[in-house]
Amino acid sequence: MSSPPLPDGLVAFVKKDCPTCELIAPVLADLDRASSLTVFSQDDPGFPSIPGVRDDRSLELSWRNSIETVPTLMRVTDGAETDRIVGWSVDQWRDFTGIAELGDGLPEHRPGCGSLSVDPEHADALEAAFGDGLRARQIEFATAEDPFEAMYDRGWSDGLPVVPPTPERVARMLSGTTRPADDVVATVPPNLADVTVEKIAINAVMAGCLPEYLPVVIAAVEAVCTDEFNMHGVLATTMGVAPILIVNGPIRNEIGMNSGMNVFGQGNRANSTIGRALQLVIRNIGGGVPGEVDRSTHGQPGKVGLCFAEDEEGSPWTSLAESLGHSPDVSTVTVFCGEAPRIIFDQMTQDPAGLTESIAMVVRNNVHPRITGMDTIVAICPEHMARFRDAGWDRERFETELTSRLEIEVDGILRGVDGVAEGIPTGLGFEGATLPKVRSGGLLVVHVGGPAGLFSSTFGGWVSGPMGSVPVTKEIVR
Amino acid sequence: MSTTVLDPTDETAPSARERTTRPESLAGLTVGLLDISKPRGDVFLDEVESRLISLGATVRRFTKPTFAKPAPTDLRHEIATSCDAVIEALAD
Repeated sequence: MSSPPLPDGLVAFVKKDCPTCELIAPVLADLDRASSLTVFSQDDPGFPSIPGVRDDRSLELSWRNSIETVPTLMRVTDGAETDRIVGWSVDQWRDFTGIAELGDGLPEHRPGCGSLSVDPEHADALEAAFGDGLRARQIEFATAEDPFEAMYDRGWSDGLPVVPPTPERVARMLSGTTRPADDVVATVPPNLADVTVEKIAINAVMAGCLPEYLPVVIAAVEAVCTDEFNMHGVLATTMGVAPILIVNGPIRNEIGMNSGMNVFGQGNRANSTIGRALQLVIRNIGGGVPGEVDRSTHGQPGKVGLCFAEDEEGSPWTSLAESLGHSPDVSTVTVFCGEAPRIIFDQMTQDPAGLTESIAMVVRNNVHPRITGMDTIVAICPEHMARFRDAGWDRERFETELTSRLEIEVDGILRGVDGVAEGIPTGLGFEGATLPKVRSGGLLVVHVGGPAGLFSSTFGGWVSGPMGSVPVTKEIVR
Repeated sequence: MSTTVLDPTDETAPSARERTTRPESLAGLTVGLLDISKPRGDVFLDEVESRLISLGATVRRFTKPTFAKPAPTDLRHEIATSCDAVIEALAD
């Protein structure tokens, strides 16, 4: 939306509730007599008491003309501003107007006051009303309707309350990104609906995000809506898997994410709401609703939203993102399709080789002992990490040692062994060979968790690789 | 004060909630008659009630506290849970 043209000549923006504006009211009267002056009043069209004061109590013209201070005096030619001065300065005003005696007897200088259009109380509403960012359909709830119940009724919730995405809140959310509101970020499965920055912001408001989280949510939406990640399959499968979000880089600390105690649990706003915002986008934009395209047999708690940061500062190793080729100065989000975390309980093993074997024992059982070739997260806790650090093991050493321990002898996992039909089909030539538990390139090792406790964790994957889902990392653009 | 929100969906569905499917016949159904408290609405509704009864319907009568405001949530809830259909009457 473009701004209505201003009248030619001198244009002043004032408010009565400003001592400087009150002070210069006689000056405005003098200017009105001497030249073509139009005054816009932000709070009282009866102020100043000169004819033809324009009412700008809606603050639309103040907002559209980026008035930050009152008084502001502008020169307008052919409907366009050519110059402006702010506050009161005798010399400036005389110079600007060419009237030598203007403001005789008044103080030399007064700074003026803040424009109502930049008052925090009004700024978001003005951005929502007059900004060109908001294009989404507006829905008005009836007076008697409880907005929270109305949003449940419309199917917009994952079962928990959602914050009403008022235009003001969405405008504030959009301040968290430099991307234009109408940028199309991705095409969201299963309905293959295009999603804009604005629509993501709406769902981020509902999830409870702060504006500074929005770039992470946008990057996560981009990441899951790739062919590689295969969000449609991740959603539609009967297996209880979910997108799991791992955040690396400076933004973790800037937005206060948790990488420590209770890292996969509740209690941190950024962790809890970023993952939830992604899931609400899948639900509300993509149409991914449980019982419809979401066919999960059991689901899992992480489907409400599962997002955490890596503890990079406390780790002797390169971060996950660095190991994937990203600079530590860049923030990233990595999405992984996985089951719920399972605990790797080892309170006794001190040496790194034994501890690696201990971790491998649990990983071998991820999903099922006879399922191989799947992607896996290994989340090492600080006390376990100390064992590797003290022994001088780096990430590469650990990953190599762990991978070598995850070669599974096929003869023990063939179909029918021990009466269990699940397993590797016989007759395909795998007898006597080994198969890797973890797909090559599918091992994601992160350092997370509270300072005390000898419990690492692992997340098994889903159908991994090009036939299913591959972890995807996207850089977070502010 | 009413709340205005921005649609979080892809906007392919209508913003208003869909009406319940219209019944084929009113015989055996409970029909609510909502008097919105406009003058003489009761006269109109009395006639509607007698005709509905002749069609085999059971009738329940409701009244809004004021025609100037939407029906209170509790009243709407009571109608929705106790009736198969509702006729909202306006008389002026």
